[in-house]
Amino acid sequence: MTIIRIKETAMFETLYKSSPVSVSHETDIKLEAKNVDAFFGKTQALRNISFSIQKNHVVAIIGPSGCGKSTFLRCLNRMHEVAGGTMTGTILLDGEDIHENDPVHLRRRVGMVFQKPNPFPTMSIFDNVAAGLRLNGMAHKNHIAETVERSLQQAALWNEVKDSLSKSGMSISGGQQQRLCIARALAVNPEVILMDEPASALDPISTAKIEELIYELKKDYTIVIVTHNMQQAARVSDETAFFYLGEIIEFDNTKKIFTAPSIKQTEDYVTGRFG
Amino acid sequence: MKKLTFNKYTWRNTKNNIMTSLSILSVVVAVIPLFLIFFYTLAQGISALNIDFFIHMPKPVGETGGGMANALMGTAILIGLGCLFGLPISIFAGVYLAEFGNNTFGKLVRFFTDVLSGVPSIVVGVVAYILVVIPMKQFSALAGGIALGILMIPTATRTTEEMIKLVPQAYREAALAIGIPQWKATLKIILPTALKGITTGVLLAIARAAGETAPLLFTALGNRFWSTDIGHPMASLTVFIYDYAKAPFEDWNRQAWGAAFVLIVLIFIVNITFRFVTRGRYDNHQN
Repeated sequence: MTIIRIKETAMFETLYKSSPVSVSHETDIKLEAKNVDAFFGKTQALRNISFSIQKNHVVAIIGPSGCGKSTFLRCLNRMHEVAGGTMTGTILLDGEDIHENDPVHLRRRVGMVFQKPNPFPTMSIFDNVAAGLRLNGMAHKNHIAETVERSLQQAALWNEVKDSLSKSGMSISGGQQQRLCIARALAVNPEVILMDEPASALDPISTAKIEELIYELKKDYTIVIVTHNMQQAARVSDETAFFYLGEIIEFDNTKKIFTAPSIKQTEDYVTGRFG
Repeated sequence: MKKLTFNKYTWRNTKNNIMTSLSILSVVVAVIPLFLIFFYTLAQGISALNIDFFIHMPKPVGETGGGMANALMGTAILIGLGCLFGLPISIFAGVYLAEFGNNTFGKLVRFFTDVLSGVPSIVVGVVAYILVVIPMKQFSALAGGIALGILMIPTATRTTEEMIKLVPQAYREAALAIGIPQWKATLKIILPTALKGITTGVLLAIARAAGETAPLLFTALGNRFWSTDIGHPMASLTVFIYDYAKAPFEDWNRQAWGAAFVLIVLIFIVNITFRFVTRGRYDNHQN
């Protein structure tokens, strides 16, 4: 067991050499959850979740199926309401309660990328990215074209699709579709991007691209990513939250979670003994 | 022992064959009337079918020949009016039921839509008669169009609802997640995605309305002359058939058969179009 332990530690050490994590002690908090409980009907999906997410950090949420990680992610931009959920407690975005404003405005600030790529099937690649702007009343053509190009470049898709912008959003590969969805989310200029297992339906190469992208996007955005893949969490995130049965078990620096977790359950999960 | 097993299997196979044969027989029996109608109508009406029949007006009583151009035009106008009255209501109701109808009111609307689809068309005709013909003191194409519109509502509403429900939840969420208000998401993203399916429902509703006679008898009434004025009585294929089939003139009866054949072919074309349109419904998800 000890040997395995050392091997794993070594593995994560090497991982961290390629993506250095600066443990920041500044208190620039972007999102803060306080005593969040969430319910679907009578089923309680989240119990007393409290933690804060710092600006320009990537936070990974890991945990076994049904532990409430997706529900929590959805609470952050009130998408849980679309699925008929309710929540109590407070979530603060830049210190403001997200329930005080219209969810439509909140979602422009806190964008979301889903598990399965879901470009709008009736729209071209260009229109998919422009949808958020156009349907929110932006009519300035040059501005839209500029934003579409910028978003596609940010999503590392521009070079692959710049000659086929008028083709259907469904005509490109799954990995490209997912980056298209990321570009679509970026086009409305959000501050936070929520990713719900963004690479779980993709092949390893596309996954690697999405992970590189997350690393790039961190400079401008705060990212919360739910993932089943622990290596992925270790590779992309600064902090990791471990959820189990609707509760947050441990939240700490990613390196610490994967090498020296302070709670037994976390250790059992990250070493693959359960979940 | 072996032989017994073998016999058992034989009997099971025989039963299987008997049941399959019965199924095929039922299909044949069910399809026979369709072919009988189609070919009998063709045989009876073929002599009336020529270019004149489509482009000429009915001849005065006693003269042979003439056509049903006014009835063809009338049916087109009546269906157009029906669509104008029926489709906006149907599509909005369908959108409501699919997107917001998960409550008591929605259930109520759904139930009454189903009831409406079972209301005999002649009753709908009476309603249009009382609502439009009596106040206007005049039989009119307008009244006929309203009656046809009401008849289109159940089919078109329920198909619209079903087709919108088929649009994956992922697209709704994608739209909402980039801060698009729900009504805009429904109008600009969900509705276009479901458009092909909705077209199907609309065509089915049109096919049904095109074949209605009873509600037109005391609304649009029928007209032996060319008229495109929706405030006045108007001819239609079905009423033309009704009038000509019961007339005591050999030539008229022949023309009724001809018109019946034309009507069947028109509905056939609508159905083929609908098959063609819906064939590609899932193309979007495959390529």
